[in-house]
Amino acid sequence: MRRLPLISLGIIFTMVLMAVFAPWLAPYSPTDQSLPNKLLPPFWEERGTVKYLLGTDIFGRDVLSRLIYGARVSLIVTGIALGVGGGIGLVLGIVSGYVGGKLDSLLMRFVDAAFAFPTILFALLLAVTMGQGMVTLTIALSLFLWAGFARVIRGEVLALKQREFVALAKVHGCSPVRIMATHILPNVLNTFMVLLTLNVGVIIVGEASLSFLGAGVPPPTPSWGLMVAEGRGKIASAWWLTLIPGIAITLVVLAFNLFGDWLRDRLDPKLRQL
Amino acid sequence: MSQQPALEVRDLHTHFFLRRGVVKAVDGVSFTLEQGEVLGIVGESGCGKSLTALSILRLIPEASARTVKGEILLNGEDLLQKDPAAMREVRGRQVAMILQDPQTSLNPVFTIGNQLHEAIARQGESSAKTVKERAIEVLRRVKLAAPEERTIQYPHQLSGGMKQRVVGAISISCAPDVLIADEPTTALDVTIQLQYLKLLKELQESSGMAMLFITHDFGVVAKICDRVAVMYAGRIVEMGPVREIFDNPAHPYTQALIGSVPKMVSTSERLSTIEGQPPSLSDLPNGCRFAERCALADDRCRSEYPKVYDISASHTASCWKATPG
Amino acid sequence: MSTPLLEANDLTKHFTVSKGLLFSKEIGRVRAVDAVNFTLEAGQTLGLVGESGCGKTTTSRLVLGLESPTSGEVRLNGNPIHGLTGANERSYRANVQAVFQDPWASLNPRMLVKDIVAESLRVTNWGTKSEISDRVQELMLQVGLTGEQALQYPHEFSGGQRQRVALASALALQPKLIVLDEPVSALDVSIRAQMMNLLKDIQVQENVAYLLVAHDLATVRHMADWTAVMYLGQIVEYAPTVKLFENVRHPYTKALFSAVLPDHPDHQQDEIVLVGEVPSPLNPPSGCRFHTRCPFVMEQCARIEPPIRTDDAGHRVACHLEA
Repeated sequence: MRRLPLISLGIIFTMVLMAVFAPWLAPYSPTDQSLPNKLLPPFWEERGTVKYLLGTDIFGRDVLSRLIYGARVSLIVTGIALGVGGGIGLVLGIVSGYVGGKLDSLLMRFVDAAFAFPTILFALLLAVTMGQGMVTLTIALSLFLWAGFARVIRGEVLALKQREFVALAKVHGCSPVRIMATHILPNVLNTFMVLLTLNVGVIIVGEASLSFLGAGVPPPTPSWGLMVAEGRGKIASAWWLTLIPGIAITLVVLAFNLFGDWLRDRLDPKLRQL
Repeated sequence: MSQQPALEVRDLHTHFFLRRGVVKAVDGVSFTLEQGEVLGIVGESGCGKSLTALSILRLIPEASARTVKGEILLNGEDLLQKDPAAMREVRGRQVAMILQDPQTSLNPVFTIGNQLHEAIARQGESSAKTVKERAIEVLRRVKLAAPEERTIQYPHQLSGGMKQRVVGAISISCAPDVLIADEPTTALDVTIQLQYLKLLKELQESSGMAMLFITHDFGVVAKICDRVAVMYAGRIVEMGPVREIFDNPAHPYTQALIGSVPKMVSTSERLSTIEGQPPSLSDLPNGCRFAERCALADDRCRSEYPKVYDISASHTASCWKATPG
Repeated sequence: MSTPLLEANDLTKHFTVSKGLLFSKEIGRVRAVDAVNFTLEAGQTLGLVGESGCGKTTTSRLVLGLESPTSGEVRLNGNPIHGLTGANERSYRANVQAVFQDPWASLNPRMLVKDIVAESLRVTNWGTKSEISDRVQELMLQVGLTGEQALQYPHEFSGGQRQRVALASALALQPKLIVLDEPVSALDVSIRAQMMNLLKDIQVQENVAYLLVAHDLATVRHMADWTAVMYLGQIVEYAPTVKLFENVRHPYTKALFSAVLPDHPDHQQDEIVLVGEVPSPLNPPSGCRFHTRCPFVMEQCARIEPPIRTDDAGHRVACHLEA
């Protein structure tokens, strides 16, 4: 049994800290412009200054502050999307798996369709019709998730259904709803939690992608994806604008994946195929 | 006339090294398996019988377990001194093993023929034709109907009993000196079990190989074993010829075990039971390990591990209360 | 003659094997249970014995209402048990409970023992929280466990203890019938004895009937008043246990008896070693289903189904040899 993945947990903890204590941690407001100070590199570079540790962007906004506040956006959006998308997938997976029959066949065809669907395209469509914003973004991101969750949870439920304690619950007189809630649900929570942690990466990158494409968080609110997008045209000259948020995204996604692996091994090594 | 025993295990200790402590799963096991005899090792789950068998073949899970002490003499040579390459030569040739679960003993993606050929070819047989013929021949020996058809079938097309016969065939194809069978009939139906036990006995008698039979079922012991060793909490507590053990079980655990099995002939209405649980193998008492569950136990039993008494010439028991016959 | 507690009348269950996704076509039927008849009186035990594929587990599931019969019926106290709804169904469930074979799969690993035992009480709104709590304590003691153990999780118990929890859970509503599906097969030998003694004690205390499914004749002899021997979905012999053990009549039962391992090395008996494998229930043999393996097979056995003969003691056999 592996020991606690301290580095991963450290990174995750740091991100959460940044998000929660942003107003106290960030040296400046993320939207404060300072045009005379635009495009300053990080402090260790020649032109850099300790006033703006990680440099400034094209509007003179402090990169470090935007990074810290960006954590907040990423965290909130990810959390809600996971909750909504994961939650829908969980419920559908349980019902489909337990009830079976034609309902199951039907729902699984929807799941198949969802996998074939160009989700990013649909997210862009949503942004165009509903307008850019946190709500649209969250809905779009939830769409990424529900099908995968539903399919995996359903698989678990199919196996669980065969176990004697489910038959005994029927013999005790439990209704199907009661069985799904008290017997099936608690026993798929482990898988659900592992899925959540393993999909954090998907959502963060998803949010970054959508923001990059202009369908995510509207400027000037910072999000890591947006920051990467904004720095896109200047990679050669102002590399810190893209690289720093890029590294942040990479580190956090990696941390959550490693943590998810550890959690899965800890809770149930049989889930290795996830 | 003294023949060298087929297998001799001396003071075998195999321990598990886990985070919570050392689990002394096999804690000083010694026995002799003579050529041509069937020795049964009887015990309940956790007594160490399966691990003893795995230790002989040196197939214990290396990550967590290790044989820390002892000698395993196969035809006079100590298996524990052999390097991995030499052990590979021993396994499947001089010592073969049949396991409990026929479902998992065979590889589901290869045909029966394939798996048999692989085993036979290992013995240096190069001609494909000879290998095929030997495969059919050995399938006939295990009385598998229509052997030619079977060779092109996959395991899932066979019943549990048939699969165990194939496993048996693979084992005897190399004419081993010792066959170790670990609960091979537990998963089989009653009538199939009878067929299979008779088959094993026939194979054993016709080839003269020695058999080590691991089971929890005294009925199996009564059916095919010549001698039996009773294991409890990592050690052998009683050993002797099968008739003597049944007629005169000396160790209280053996007595209780035999008494707790329902009989076909009406005896008493209540079955004798053993209260309590076996001791934790990571926290073994100094004295007799059965003492806390034994009606006869006294202070000496609890503090000093009993020495081995000779109940008769070949019947021994580790119990302070056992009266030498 | 009073109504027996449980009766099965021409009970039949066929499972269809079908092909195709949306518009499935039937390509075969597994004749798991075929015209099975038996009765069980209150407070007694009926043993269903047979090997894998004989239909004993399916029969037990039919009695538990977990499956619906293809034809025929099961009656509890004279009332049919299938197709019930509402209060009738609840009443039925309160009267018929079960203990299954696998102690590791019979208890929800995420539920506390006290909740497992109390489940049927909660579902039927049996009483107040404290009444239910008291009942749970009572049940734990009845099965030989302690009250404090109710606050633990299943994984903290051994196999034998888990079966006791399963039994406590089954006894909660004081059912008239408990279906025991191989209740001791997965337990260690010395623990089996404890469990069997407990089951017998409880039967006397609660006057509960048992439908005992087993593959082991000695267990059945020890626990059952009546025994039904099943083969490929049918009952081939049915008698009071004592009578059956005195006088085994059906060839399959004889083979089953002869396959029992001896309890002493010198008690080797004449063995009837059956030839071949059990035929598939998808395609059972014609006439008498046992004819393909019967050592006493006669010409008519393949053509005609054997008649059923019952003697004065109620000993019933389906065999041409008896005709």
